[in-house]
Amino acid sequence: MSNIIYYVSFILLGIGIYGIVSQKNLFKQLISLSIIDTAVNIFIVALGYVQGGEAPIYSAITPVANFVDPLPQALVLTAIVIGVGTLALGSILLIHIDEKYGSLDPDEIRDTREVVE
Amino acid sequence: MRRVWAILVAGVFLYFLIAQFLPIIPDFGNADMFLRVSFDIISKSTTSNYNVVEFKKSKDLEDGSANVVTSIVANYRAFDTLGEVTVLFCAAIGVGILASVLKPKRKIEFEEHRVLRISTGIIFPLILLFGVYIFIHGHLSPGGGFPGGTTIALGVLLLMLSNNEFKVTPVAKHIEQVAGAGYVVIGLMGLAIGGVFLMNFLPTGVVGNLFSGGVVPIVYILIGFKVGAELSSVVSDLREG
Repeated sequence: MSNIIYYVSFILLGIGIYGIVSQKNLFKQLISLSIIDTAVNIFIVALGYVQGGEAPIYSAITPVANFVDPLPQALVLTAIVIGVGTLALGSILLIHIDEKYGSLDPDEIRDTREVVE
Repeated sequence: MRRVWAILVAGVFLYFLIAQFLPIIPDFGNADMFLRVSFDIISKSTTSNYNVVEFKKSKDLEDGSANVVTSIVANYRAFDTLGEVTVLFCAAIGVGILASVLKPKRKIEFEEHRVLRISTGIIFPLILLFGVYIFIHGHLSPGGGFPGGTTIALGVLLLMLSNNEFKVTPVAKHIEQVAGAGYVVIGLMGLAIGGVFLMNFLPTGVVGNLFSGGVVPIVYILIGFKVGAELSSVVSDLREG
């Protein structure tokens, strides 16, 4: 039962995959990708947890090291920033698609393209 | 039909993770710190013998920042962070270019409200101050360049919500360029002085002091400016093209 946080991240991963496969709206697929991003971040941070460990910062309250693993946290910091970049670039691309075809559904976009061509 | 397929795919994936992957990872909370790389990083002795770090006492270690995550991000993995801000830079440039070629000039207008506008005028300097505090104290307390810059960008977003005339000027782009170039210049200074790109060439001082950590606070301040300017211009580009 102590591994419940791993199950939380796996279930979030499953929700994200379900969203990507089941949804037709491209924006919902982008949001599902973002959910997968969050799930992986939770999983990586959970891997570094030590029972009874404190946040890895030397301070007046924690002068001597009894810390959780700081390396996964540093990696997740990178992953979060790259997730923000992906989300911003993806949404502006979707705005472009919506302005050109008037829809975010791949099937409708295909129909519109056939009419245009 | 699509939903059934989706449930099937997600279920197979979940089964694979739980049955194949869960047994080989350590139980939650049982990570053995003595076997991990981070143990050397926490004791700040990746190149020398193990030593105990004490707050406000240890001095002249190989990395002087009290926040261990910061010491990884801005010192041990500083080259990786340079790549990370480059990715963010590319994303911001891409958003800017794609927003500027949108054919019908669009702009999202909000209903202006007097209470929001006046209270934003009061609270915006405080948000700016808090963002600057977060990235100046990045090596001592939780936070750093990325959260501080995001806080500043959110202050700019608040200005946009309250005032339809507000616009992020091209000055933001210049701040971003100067900060990004400054990061590379610090790396080249490390190359010139110590022979390694992005080397920590300043004295690291006493753990826990504001002036400690060598180049780490400088790098994080530059990242703070860069991320703040970048995210402000991304928000502004998404609002009007």
